[in-house]
Amino acid sequence: MGQLLLGLINGSFYAVLSLGLAVIFGLLNIINFSHGAQYMMGAFVAWMLLNYLGIGYWPALVLAPLIVGATGIVLEKVALSRLYKLDHLYGLLLTFGIALIIQGLFRNYYGISGLPYQIPEALSGGQNLGFMFLPNYRAWIVVASVVVCFSTWFMIEKTRLGAYLRAATENPALVGAFGINVPRMITLTYGFGVALAAFAGVLAAPIYAVNPNMGADLIIVVFAVVVIGGMGSIMGAIVTGYGLGLIEGLTRVFYPEGSAVVIFVIMAIVLLIKPEGLFGRAA
Amino acid sequence: MAMTENESGQEVRFLKEVGMPRLHKVIFLVLLGFLIALPFMVYPIFAMKVMCFALFAAAFNLLLGFGGLLSFGHAAYFGGASYVAAHAAKVWGFTPELAVLAGTLAAALLGLAIGSLAIRRQGIYFAMVTLAFAQMVYFFALQAKFTGGEDGIQSVPRGDLFGMFPLQDNIALYFFVLAITFGGILALYRIVHSPFGQVLKAIRENEPRAISLGYQVNRYKLMVFTLSATFAGLAGATKSQVFQLASLTDVHWSMSGEVVLMTLLGGMGTIFGPLVGAAIIVTMQNYLATFGAWVTIIQGVIFVLGVLLFREGIIGVISRLLKRRL
Repeated sequence: MGQLLLGLINGSFYAVLSLGLAVIFGLLNIINFSHGAQYMMGAFVAWMLLNYLGIGYWPALVLAPLIVGATGIVLEKVALSRLYKLDHLYGLLLTFGIALIIQGLFRNYYGISGLPYQIPEALSGGQNLGFMFLPNYRAWIVVASVVVCFSTWFMIEKTRLGAYLRAATENPALVGAFGINVPRMITLTYGFGVALAAFAGVLAAPIYAVNPNMGADLIIVVFAVVVIGGMGSIMGAIVTGYGLGLIEGLTRVFYPEGSAVVIFVIMAIVLLIKPEGLFGRAA
Repeated sequence: MAMTENESGQEVRFLKEVGMPRLHKVIFLVLLGFLIALPFMVYPIFAMKVMCFALFAAAFNLLLGFGGLLSFGHAAYFGGASYVAAHAAKVWGFTPELAVLAGTLAAALLGLAIGSLAIRRQGIYFAMVTLAFAQMVYFFALQAKFTGGEDGIQSVPRGDLFGMFPLQDNIALYFFVLAITFGGILALYRIVHSPFGQVLKAIRENEPRAISLGYQVNRYKLMVFTLSATFAGLAGATKSQVFQLASLTDVHWSMSGEVVLMTLLGGMGTIFGPLVGAAIIVTMQNYLATFGAWVTIIQGVIFVLGVLLFREGIIGVISRLLKRRL
C-alpha cells in the first residue's frame, strides 16, 4: 500500500509536469527542455524565500510559481520568441542550453548535497487509516496536484480564455485577425507552463531534498510520459501522469528491479501499437 | 527515349559529385599530417580523447546534419559500446581490435533496436523517444552486474594489437586510435557522398516528395540511424581502450547533449564542422576542468548563443564566406 501511495505521489508530479509541457507545446510547438530546471527553481525559490526572507510554505506556494513564471516570461520574450519561424528543434536545443545554465548556476552556489526544507506545521504528522499510515503532507500533495490539474483543465476547456487559447493552437493567424494579441498570449502561456513546473517544485521541496539535479532525471521520465500520452489533449496528459505513477508504484511492489525502467518499456510498447500516443492525434 | 537520356545525364553529374573534391582531399591530407605530428607536441591521451569525440560528433552529424533526425540519446551507443568493449577486453581477454569490434557491434544492434521504434515518431517526439531509451540504457548500466554500477569498469588492460603488437605505450596506442578514428571519419564521408547519402538529403529536404518518388523512407531512416549508432559505438569502444575505463559518464544524458553541442558549434551538415566542434569542446573542458560547474554553464551559454545567433556553426560560416562546401 505504501508503495502504491508513493506511486500516486510520483504520478502527481508526472501529471503536473506533463500538463505544463502539454500546455506549452500546444501553443508554442516546442518541447520545454528546461522544464526540469524550472521545477528545481521552484523548490529553490521556496527555500530562498524561507531562509533569506522568512516567508513560509503557504505564501511560497503562490510566490515561487509567480517568480519562476516571471523568469519564464522574460526568457520567452528575449530568446524563444526569436525562434518560432525556424525548425521547432531549435527551441528544444535552446531550452536545453537554458537548463544547463540554470543547473550549473545553482550547482555552483548551492552544491549538490541538497538542502532541507521543513514540512509546514499544519501538515506534519499523519493519519492512521487502519491498514496503513498516511502522512498528511503526502495526502496534501495528491490533493493539491489534483486541484491544480483540474483547474487548468477547466480553464482551458471551459472558459472563454481557454477557448481563445485552443483557437490559437489551431490557427494563430486567424485568431490574430480577430484582434486577439497572440504573441502576448504565447508569452503568458509559456509563463503559465513554467509556473506549473515551479508549483510542482514547491510541492516537492519538503519531501525530496532541494537539490540542483532534482529536475534533470525526473524530466526525462516526464518526456516518456508525454510520448505515451501524446500531447494532443490536456486530460490525456493528466490521466497518463497519474496512471503511470501508479504503474510504477505497482512495479516496485512486484518487481523492484524493473521500477526504474517500466515507464520506458511501456513507451516502447505504445510506440509499437499506437505510435501517436494513447491520447494523441495522428500526425 | 527522352527519359533514358535524362537519366544518364543525371548519372554523369552524380558521379562528379561522388568523387572527393580536391579541396577536401587537401584538407584531409593536411589533417592527417597534423595528426601524425600531434602526439609529439601535446599529451597523447588528450589528443586521443579529441579524436574519439571527433568521430562521435561526425557519426552524430550523419544523423542530424544529413539525415535531419535529432537524436538526444546518442550517449547510449557511445557508452554502451564503451561498456561492452571494456568488458570484452577485461573479462573475456579480447585483443584491443576485437574488443572495439565487439563494442561497435553491440552499438549497432542497440541502434537497430531503438531506431526501429524511434523512427515511428517525427521531430520533437523523435528526440524525446531517443532520450528516453538512452535513459533506460543508463539505468541498465547503473543496475546491471557486469557494468560495476557507480564504479564502472575500471583498469581495463591495454592488450596487444592482433595479439602481437603491444599497445601499452601511449604513442603506439595513439596510432591505433588514429587509424580507427580517421578511417571512421573517411567512411562517414564516403557514406554521405554515396547514392545512399543523396537519398538521405532528399528525405531531409522534402520527405513527402521522397516518398512519392518511391523511396522507402523509413528503411533509409532506420539505416542511417543504425549507421550513426554504429560509428558512435566505434568511438565509444575506442575511448574505453584509451582511458581503460567505461563509466556512467559515457551513458549519461549530458553526454548526449555534449555531442549535440559539438555538432551545432562546428556546423551541422558540414563535413569538418563536427571535428572542429569536438576539438573546441574537449579542449575547453580540459582547460576549464578546475572551474567545476562553470563548464556546464559555459556549455549552456554556447548552446543558447549558438541557437540564437550562430546556427550555421563555425565551419558553416567559413564555408559560406569561401563559397565552398566544407
